[in-house]
Parts: sequence; structure tokens; C-alpha cells
Amino acid sequence: MTPSDNTTMQNILSGDYYTNNFTLSPAAEGDTLVLNLGPQHPSTHGVLRVVVELDGEYILKAEPVLGYIHRMHEKMGEVKTYAQYLPNMGRVDYLHALAWNWAYVAAVEKLAGVAVPLRAEYIRVITCELNRISSHLLWWGAYLLDLGAFTPILYAFADREKIMDILQIVTGSRLTYCYYRFGGVSADITPDFIDMTREFVGYMRDRLPMYKTFVTENMILRGRCVDIGVLSKEMAVRYGATGPVLRGSGVAHDTRKIEPYSIYDRFDFDIPVGKNGDAMDRYDVRIAEIQESLRIIEQALATLPAGDYLNPDVPERITPPKGEVYFAVEGARGKIGIYIVSDGGIKPYRLKLRAPGFSNLHLFAELSQGTILADAVSILGSLDLVIPEIDR
Amino acid sequence: MKIMTNYSNAIKGLLGLLKGLKITGVEFFKPQLTIHYPRKEVTNLATYRGHIDLVAKEDAPLEPKCIICGKCAEVCPSACISMEMHVKGEQSFASPAECRTITVGHGIEIPFSGLRLPPAEVIERELDSFNLDYNYCSLCGLCVQICPVGSLTFSKDSYLAGTARKNFEFDLLQRLRERSRRSSQTTTAQEKR
Amino acid sequence: MMSQLLSYLSLPLVHLILSLVVILAFLGVNGIVLIYVERKVAGFIQRRPGPYEVGPWGLLQPLADALKLLSKQLVTPMGADKILFWAAPILSFAPVVICFMPMPVSPMFTGMEMNLGLILILAFTSLNVLALCLAGWSSNNKYSLLGAARAVSQSVAYEIPLLITVLAIAFQTGSLNLSEIVASQTKGIWSWNIFVQPIAFIIYIIAVTAETNRAPFDLPEAESELTAGFHTEYAGMHFGLFFLAEYSYMIVVCAVATVLFLGGWHGPFLSGPFWFILKTYALILVLMWFRWTFPRVRFDQLLNICWKWLIPLSLINLVLTALLVKIVR
Repeated sequence: MTPSDNTTMQNILSGDYYTNNFTLSPAAEGDTLVLNLGPQHPSTHGVLRVVVELDGEYILKAEPVLGYIHRMHEKMGEVKTYAQYLPNMGRVDYLHALAWNWAYVAAVEKLAGVAVPLRAEYIRVITCELNRISSHLLWWGAYLLDLGAFTPILYAFADREKIMDILQIVTGSRLTYCYYRFGGVSADITPDFIDMTREFVGYMRDRLPMYKTFVTENMILRGRCVDIGVLSKEMAVRYGATGPVLRGSGVAHDTRKIEPYSIYDRFDFDIPVGKNGDAMDRYDVRIAEIQESLRIIEQALATLPAGDYLNPDVPERITPPKGEVYFAVEGARGKIGIYIVSDGGIKPYRLKLRAPGFSNLHLFAELSQGTILADAVSILGSLDLVIPEIDR
Repeated sequence: MKIMTNYSNAIKGLLGLLKGLKITGVEFFKPQLTIHYPRKEVTNLATYRGHIDLVAKEDAPLEPKCIICGKCAEVCPSACISMEMHVKGEQSFASPAECRTITVGHGIEIPFSGLRLPPAEVIERELDSFNLDYNYCSLCGLCVQICPVGSLTFSKDSYLAGTARKNFEFDLLQRLRERSRRSSQTTTAQEKR
Repeated sequence: MMSQLLSYLSLPLVHLILSLVVILAFLGVNGIVLIYVERKVAGFIQRRPGPYEVGPWGLLQPLADALKLLSKQLVTPMGADKILFWAAPILSFAPVVICFMPMPVSPMFTGMEMNLGLILILAFTSLNVLALCLAGWSSNNKYSLLGAARAVSQSVAYEIPLLITVLAIAFQTGSLNLSEIVASQTKGIWSWNIFVQPIAFIIYIIAVTAETNRAPFDLPEAESELTAGFHTEYAGMHFGLFFLAEYSYMIVVCAVATVLFLGGWHGPFLSGPFWFILKTYALILVLMWFRWTFPRVRFDQLLNICWKWLIPLSLINLVLTALLVKIVR
């Protein structure tokens, strides 16, 4: 191979469509570095790819590239019966699977007019909030891993393991739950479950101060979070951000409060809100949300009614009438919305999933402009992205 | 003044770092949380939910409760379940080719066509095999829930492992019979003692 | 015969070669021990067992790892500068050997007594930066390049407070000979420099953590940002050499800290080398403790700490030391 061949070979091999058609930012004057963060990169938590243009270590332009784990969940909804689509919901966002479960069953219930027994609603609240805590715990560990602290993630996992043990009792699985059914849940909670949950609430309350001294008050961590990735109220709303990302910017928008679904209006809990909209605020909001979830679980356990856990009148093959429905629940990452159009058959005519991570990710392009590479990693982590949910 | 606050902040920060060191230092001496698998086992296997298994009749441990309605095969999102059956009383045909065997599951797209087997009273039938292709199963539990006679249950087979696809294609009827034979053998062995 | 052998031993060249061999053997063993200790420390802090399967208590794990690294193919990426790419790991490891020559392990046991021992060590530890720079530049990888750029600016920045604090100790002792520095600290535990110059000790520890690229200052290989930084493209024993060099530099800086601040071989009951090694490894454990506790600082913050805090502080420390030395004498 002659040297010239070598260079052409390199040209062919370096980069795909996105890197070769990446428009350099006009301010660059040609002296910049185009770098692929991902699809295999430690800080992208999966197969997200971000093409960044660097001037030194400063980011001039960042462009998320999606689709590496696209599994056609929406199309699958059109070829499966209503019940057959249930296991898909555990796999859209595997970290807060029960929220997706809930959004889907509740949408179908609303469309088909299925009543849910009160006990089932309570069980849903308890399990969903437990799942939310486990999702936030995993985020906590993974975020600190992004910032270079290796130990917290294992402490978080130790606590998360307890939640998974609890949820395993009723759901039988540890990650991709398929627990909610039309008109209730698939299994009743056991006395074991209640005892372990009570114990866990106390345990987690004792554990949170340790998290605080270990990490939240750490000077190095504060240096990596405070005033990093400041997201203004206006910008968060403009991008349609939801969840802790929006609340970190000071907008008290929580689907559980704004449009209370199920029985959330019966519980007394606050919406933690940030002030500046920086990474630290998003961090604080999530830690506070763990506490709020513990409060909700405690109240729900105290007032748990007896009764059916599943509406016995739900037909085996549910066929909602012609029409359309939208139902939103609050997931760990934001508002999960499911839109179903029914033509009266056994399958949905069209199904649309609104993943909160999708809107939250697109903030990144604007938010990371002009920051240092290390800050970009911190921002990306603070958005709490789950890539399978974004690609669906 | 500003310098003074700077310095006091720095000292506070350093003290905060020492607190962090104290936490990891204490954790260092705490017992391990790891459960070393081949040596020890986790304690929550009782609530584990593995692949499905057939449940035997109380009076006949070799026969499943299954009435071959096909609802499980129909509801399964991944078409894991299929069964072969013959019409009762017609199994004594001379050649096996003439035997009226119906297969439900993979071949016929029941979930999408909405086809259902006639009720058991109309055509009485017997199970030849109940096939589970565990490779595609997503453990949703819809089949267990829909079974009208409670003939399906979750196994506790948590250490299931294999090296080929074939290892995960089970005939549940055969499994049931082997299981009951084994358990009857052990009970008779115990009685002998 | 025996006396002849001994007289050979006293020849400078023979002595030099012998101590080089001993040091090389020690560094190899040290690397293996430190890998094991680091993984165990990490495990215990994170409440896991750490290496467990290979050998009793996983003791043979580092050997297995070393074997794996040795048996792996050495890959040179396309477009890399072959010679520099191969030279960088060797260049990274080689200077460490020399750093150990003037180390006073005990009053009787020093590789090579020299008057400028401290300067020699500082000079040769700085060579590591060159190796990292070459590694990053020659691999033809963007992550490596960024890692190398970070390594250079970080090391250059942290060289300065390091030198100034060490200079303060030298002022106080009036010598750059390491044996003499230790000898000046043998009047009981309170004569150790850690109590005489606590600020210098803190600055030294921070500076060497940055100098050896250990967390929380492990920016050149910041995993979550630059995948593996300067050694992204290295595999097999190339990577192994970088690894070995990292642990060897750790023990060099900790040994120097022992000499400068912890009274070297001085201590009751046990003989000199034991105390020396005990103190050195205790310091290494502290560095490991740091690594498994703290998040990584940001690059500009790292430089800020150096230029805004460490350098002024070390300068003040130096001036104060000079004044006190002047007054006392």
C-alpha cells in the first residue's frame, strides 16, 4: 500500500454519515476537533452518541445522534392485542418500568371504561413509588460514576437491592416488571411485602444522611455541580422538559399534583423545586423526591384498604370502543404519556409513547454549548437519561 | 474580607472531605454484602418466578389439569406456547398419519386471527405435548393469569442454564410426568424405610 | 575468597548494577502487590470481597492478570507513530528505577549515596510526563491526545508547588542528601517534619496525587470523559508497563514523603527497612483511600487549586522556613 492509499483508506474509515456531514460551527475557523462521544462511551449510559466539536476542551457544538437501540415499540403496539403489549412496557424504560406499566394500563382502562378496585390503586402507588426510589438511587450512583467517584454506586446498589427484593415478592421479577393488569395488578401484596416495605422506609431514612455527608456536602462534587448547566425556566419549558429536570429549574410541575391520577390526591406530599436550574438543583430535587416517595409509601401503607386486587369483570380479551385516549403519569424522569387510538378491534390502531427522556436529551445540545468537556459529562448525567426510553 | 471567607470556605471544604473519608473508612470494616454464588445462595429464591410449568391433577399426578382450551397460546405475546393434541377416542387409528392431530400455537396465528378452539365439551381431546419455547418468553405471566383451571404455574428453576437454543425448548407435559414419577419414587423410597 | 567478593561489592559499578537489579525486582513485586492491595481496598470499601477466586483469598489474581497482559498481542493502531508508540511505555517505566537509587531505606542500605539525591528523584519523576505526552500524541486517537494535553499541563503545574515545598525541607535541613534529611529527624517522633512543617506535608500529598495521576486528580485518564485518556490505544504489556509505572511512581513519591516528612527509617523496636516500608505502604493506603472516596475534580479547578492555593501557600511556607532558619541559626 502506498502512502497515498493509506490516507484515502483513513478517509474512508474515519467517520460515518454524521461525522462526515457534520457542519462545523462558524466560530470555529477550522481549528477544531470533532469527537464522537459514543455510541460506546462510559458516560453515555448505553448507546447514545453525541458528536461534539471541541476547541481545546471547550464544546462549540454538540449533536445527539439517536436510534442505536430503536426497537419499534410503537409499531409493535399496532400488531399485538392490548394484553400482549404489556410486557413491552417493562422494557421501554427498564429503570422505572412500573410507571410505564401504569401509563399503559391506565390509558386502556380509561378508554375501555374499566374500574380499578381501591386496593389495586394503593398497591400501584406503593410499588410505583418503590420503583421510583430505585430508579433515583441508580441515577445517583451512575451520576457520581460520571463524576469519577467509584464507590457511591455500590452503596446505592446495596440499597436498591432491597427494593428489588421487595418488588420480587409480588412481581416475581427484579427489573423488567410486568405487574399491572387492566383493572388491577397481577398479584396481591403479601404481609411479607408490607413488613419489608415498612422496614425499608425506615432504613432508607437512616441512610439518606450518609448520602448527604458523603456526597452532597463534598467540596469536589459541589465544584462539579453548582452553576454547571444552568437551565432557565423559559428554556426548560421551551424544550418540553419534564420531571426533575423541569422542577430543578423552579417549575413546580408534577403530574401527580397538577392532574392527579389514581389516588395521588389522597396523599400529602410536596413537590421539591430547585432555584437556579443547575446540575446541583436537579441533584437535590431527586434526593428530595426519594424522601417524598418514602412519605407517600408510608401513608399508603397506613391506609391500605382490603378488597380485590384485580377487577374480576375485566374480559379476557379487552376490546375498547372506537375512540382515542391520552394518559400521563409521572415517571422518575418526567411525564410519561401514552396515546392510544382504537378502532374497536382487539389491537390498538395507533399507539404513541411520549418518553420524557427524549425531550430532556435535546436540551443537551444547547446546554452544553461553550462548556468544558467534563461539564458536558456532568450535564448529560444530571439529565438522567435512559437511552432505550429515548429511542423506544 | 473576601480572602478570609475564601480561606474559611476552603477549610470547611477540606473538613467535608475528611467526613467523606470517615464514611468510606467505616464501611471498610463493615461485613461484606456480596453473596458468593457457588458457596452461598441468595435467600429470596422462594419468590423467584421462572418459566411456566404444568400443574397436575390432585388425584392423577401424571395428568395435567389442562383442558386444552388454547387460551394461553393465544394470549402469549411472543407465541412461546404451542401444543399438540388428538381427539379423544381416535388415537387407535392404524397409521399415525391418519390420526387427527391438531397443533395450536406457532403455525396458526391465533393472536391475530382471533381463532379459538371449540370448547372441550364439543370435541373432547387429549394432550400429546405442551411445548414451551423459553427462548422467546418474557415472563409476563399472562398465560398463568388467563388459565381457567389453574393448570399453569411458575417454576422456581432459577439456575436454569444452557448452551444451545434446544436447551430452552421444553415439553412441559413430559417435565410434569418426570417430576411426578421422581417424587413418587422418593415417597415410596421413604415409605420403604 | 569471601573478602575478595566483598571487595568486588564495594566497587561502585558492581554496587550500582546490583542495586539496579534489586530495585527492578522490587518494583515488579511491588506492582503485583499494589494491584492486589488496591483491588482489595476498593472491594472492602465498597463492601465486596475483591479478588477471590484465583489462589487463596485471590492472592494469585495479579499474577493471572500479568500473564494475561503478557500473552496479549501488541496492537499498533493505524496511523500511529510506530516508534514513539512503542517507546512511550518503556520511557514511562524506565526512569522509576533510577529514582530508587538514592533512597535511604536504612542507615546502611542505600542504592547510591549522592548529595543531590532529591534533585535526581524530582528530575526523573518528571520524565513520566514526556512518556504520557508521547503516548497520547503517537496513538493517533483524539481521546489520547486530549489526555496527553491534560497530563502535560497538570504535571507542569504541580511540579512547581512540589519543588517549592521540597525546597523548604531542604532549607531546614541544609542538605539535598536524603540520608541527611532522615538523619535530621531521628530525635524522636516530634522531630519528624510532618509535625515541623504540616502545611508542607499537605501540599506535598496533594501535589503528588496530581503528579501520579491518581483520583481525584486522574484527569489524563478520566474514564467517564476520555474513556482511558492517554492509554486508550494501548493493549497487552504496553498497557501493563503504564500500569506498572503508575504503581512504581506511587511508591516513589510515597517513599520520598516518608523520607522527607515521616522520619524515614526512624522508629522504635523494628529495624530501619521495616519502618521505612511500613510508612511508605501506609501512605500508599491513604492514597488508595482517597481514590475510592472522592469524585474527580474538573480540569480547570485542578489548575486553580494549584495556581491559586498551593503555589502561594508553598511560597509563604518557604519564606517562613527561610526566616525561621535564619533566626534559629
